[in-house]
Amino acid sequence: MQGAYSTIAFDARQCDGCNACMTACAQVKTGSPDVANSRIQIVADDAGFALAMCRQCGDPKCVENCPAAALAKDDATGVIDWDGTKCVDCLLCSVGCAYGGIVHNPLAGHVVKCDMCGGDPACVKACDRGALRYVTTSRIYNEVGQLEDLFVPGLAGCQGCNTELIMRHTLRRIGPDTVLATPPGCIPGMGSVGYNGLTGTKVPVFHPLLTNTASMLAGIKRHYNRLGREVNAVALAGDGGTSDVGFQSLSGAAERGEQILFICVDNEGYMNTGMQRSSCTPYGAWTSTTPVGERGHGKTQDAKNLPVLMMMHNCAYVATASTAFMEDFYAKLDKAIAASKHGFAYLHVYSPCTTGWRFPSQDNIEVARMAVETNFVMLWEFDPGTGLRLTRSVDDPLAVSEYLQAQGKYRHLSPEQVAHIEAGVVKQTAFIKSLERREASVPH
Amino acid sequence: MPHADYLIIGSSHAALSALHTLRMHDAEGTLTMVTRDATLPYSPTVLPYVVSGRSSPERVFLRDDRYFREQNVDFLRGAQVEKVAAERSAVRLADGREIVYGKLLVASGARPVIPAIPGLDRVRFHVLRTLDDALGLRDAASGAQRAVVLGAGLIGMHAAENLAKAGAGVTIIEMQQHVLPGYFDADAAAMIEKTFAANGVRLATGAQVVRVEPGVPGCTVMLDNGDALDCDLLVVGVGVAPVMDFLAGSGVDTDRGVLVDDTMCSSVPNIWAAGDVAQARGFYDGAKTLNGILPDAVEQGRIAGMAMAGDPGVKPYPGGVPLNTYTFFGQHAVSVGAHGDGVAGAEVVRSVDAERGRYLKIVLADNRLLGIFGINVAFDPGVMWELILRRIDLARVRERFLQAPQEAARAVMSQTWR
Repeated sequence: MQGAYSTIAFDARQCDGCNACMTACAQVKTGSPDVANSRIQIVADDAGFALAMCRQCGDPKCVENCPAAALAKDDATGVIDWDGTKCVDCLLCSVGCAYGGIVHNPLAGHVVKCDMCGGDPACVKACDRGALRYVTTSRIYNEVGQLEDLFVPGLAGCQGCNTELIMRHTLRRIGPDTVLATPPGCIPGMGSVGYNGLTGTKVPVFHPLLTNTASMLAGIKRHYNRLGREVNAVALAGDGGTSDVGFQSLSGAAERGEQILFICVDNEGYMNTGMQRSSCTPYGAWTSTTPVGERGHGKTQDAKNLPVLMMMHNCAYVATASTAFMEDFYAKLDKAIAASKHGFAYLHVYSPCTTGWRFPSQDNIEVARMAVETNFVMLWEFDPGTGLRLTRSVDDPLAVSEYLQAQGKYRHLSPEQVAHIEAGVVKQTAFIKSLERREASVPH
Repeated sequence: MPHADYLIIGSSHAALSALHTLRMHDAEGTLTMVTRDATLPYSPTVLPYVVSGRSSPERVFLRDDRYFREQNVDFLRGAQVEKVAAERSAVRLADGREIVYGKLLVASGARPVIPAIPGLDRVRFHVLRTLDDALGLRDAASGAQRAVVLGAGLIGMHAAENLAKAGAGVTIIEMQQHVLPGYFDADAAAMIEKTFAANGVRLATGAQVVRVEPGVPGCTVMLDNGDALDCDLLVVGVGVAPVMDFLAGSGVDTDRGVLVDDTMCSSVPNIWAAGDVAQARGFYDGAKTLNGILPDAVEQGRIAGMAMAGDPGVKPYPGGVPLNTYTFFGQHAVSVGAHGDGVAGAEVVRSVDAERGRYLKIVLADNRLLGIFGINVAFDPGVMWELILRRIDLARVRERFLQAPQEAARAVMSQTWR
């Protein structure tokens, strides 16, 4: 097997049993719309609708069970191909399949299975309910998988750490011609600056103070410019080092238009040093310095909207991103690096923290996704030419309360506090959308 | 002396499945596979189709040389194992070579049982277990006028069908009262027998061969009812027995097959067994049994491979469930599980439509599926197998399951293990 594959995803909640997928499949495969001959089968159950269809398994039992070598997983596409010239119609493949994915079809006179229509599945095109999607995200993972990981293995992040994901993918994407600044925080803390005289990266990395990251990096970039050597000058900093004590040098570098990319990895607090609050910590959140007890009920102030502040510096490029939407993240990295060749670029990446936010380590991407789908976090990008543009406009957001309930740090919230947060999200959403409408009208 | 961290005896489904899972966990360890066959791996199950001409013999191989190269496997063909010297973890081959192993998998399969019938040793007959057998039978079948098939198991039934289609007059002789005993009950067997009769195949059930005499051009088969059948082609398909003679004196406990635990490990800690040679726990009564079917060989091989590699993901063998699929004259019979004979509270729901050749039998106990058997009725055997193994309570969907087992089972699947 070579990497990951595209797949057909089924969302049972969206399915109303209209059968359009089955009709389309039968039509394409047999020339007649009889759903009995469809290779995708939607079955009703008391809870709704269920799917019986080939999963194109990674370790397919149908293939192992075939005595005639008629089934094989295609390395390039991941599709399990059926070879009619070898099949002996013994049905042992169907004994191996626990998903009803390969079934004898009386019309055809042999077993039939989904072949993904060669990468353009008819069932997905026929589904207008949003229940079937053809997910091609695997392409990104395969592409990125080809790129060199520029961090050492075994960084000491917490289990399920989103920041490690951000670090590794960022450097994979932007490549080895990079000088990296990592001010105090989780990023050097988990080992990127290294131990015992060795760095934790395969690129030059340095460890500025919290206060001077942007100015040190600007100086290094100017030095390389003077040498005539093109490098990516990139900071990977936490939200504390960006929005609090590091803000002065950041604001200065942005104002001067230094040719660097500053990435803020926002986990909403000083998580590396014991989960203290920062100016990016949201209202109501528990931290070790906004405790919850008889008198304390979490943070009493709203978070600062740092990416908007950076946009108001009229930087060459400003964007927000989330690891739940990697394609969006990669596209923004590309644009940010391009912008950093002629001006200041700023990326604000939301990074849910399993330890500090208190949720199970396997839920990290889900929490990140919910943040976006509730509009708690909004994904947008800005450049002075086109202004602000939402890259993922969520018009029918999930309830903010669902997002809050997913995290232990909001467990104590009173209904009034939840109402305050909900109102804040509504206000923020309206504000950002009003900026989008204003287009390129940020003052110069 | 050559040394292999892993040595696998055999190259069919259990062996290949073990190799696959072994390599998933241990890509580095040295691995040798030895097989008595001179060819690339193939499945005994495909052989009836080689006989019929449906499968061309050069296209039945399950793996190619490139696969073994890529998996870094030393694949020794035509290598007959003579002895396992367990005390020094070594295997001696018939040509005198020895291979020292770290861990050994015995997946040597089975060979045809030749019944002790007086005179059988003096006549020419066919069995069907190897590719050579298949090619021999294929060639003989084309000229056969009158054929006798001993045994109405899957091999015998397939042979009879092929011979009938090749134009021979065929008689099947079976000791039991109906064909395919063990997989189908008398009612289902009767439907299968009817199809064979309609295609000109004669059937003698409940009959025993007392003697075979040479004749011209073939032989005469004498039955206990006094009948004497002249034939020019005799096929013996009365069953198979594990190939394990090379284990004699090794200290590996054997009964009818190699006795294994739920990780397919034998009584010797670094020797495993899987597939037709293994005698493993049965799912229903826990007694160790031979379950010589392809899907179970794959399953056992998978578990053995994981256990040998030390893969922490290995889960114990759930127990063998008898299951099979059988295609005859374009019709399909599927059996999954047990008939519930002797099980307290077992209830059997049958629907038979003899006119249209449809048969469905569902066996439940305490609303849990014990077995399901169908002829020309659609259901997903893999899904049913899973329902049985998981002992899923079907009370909630009972009526629907009895009416439309395929749909109901798919819905349960979707809620349970999607």
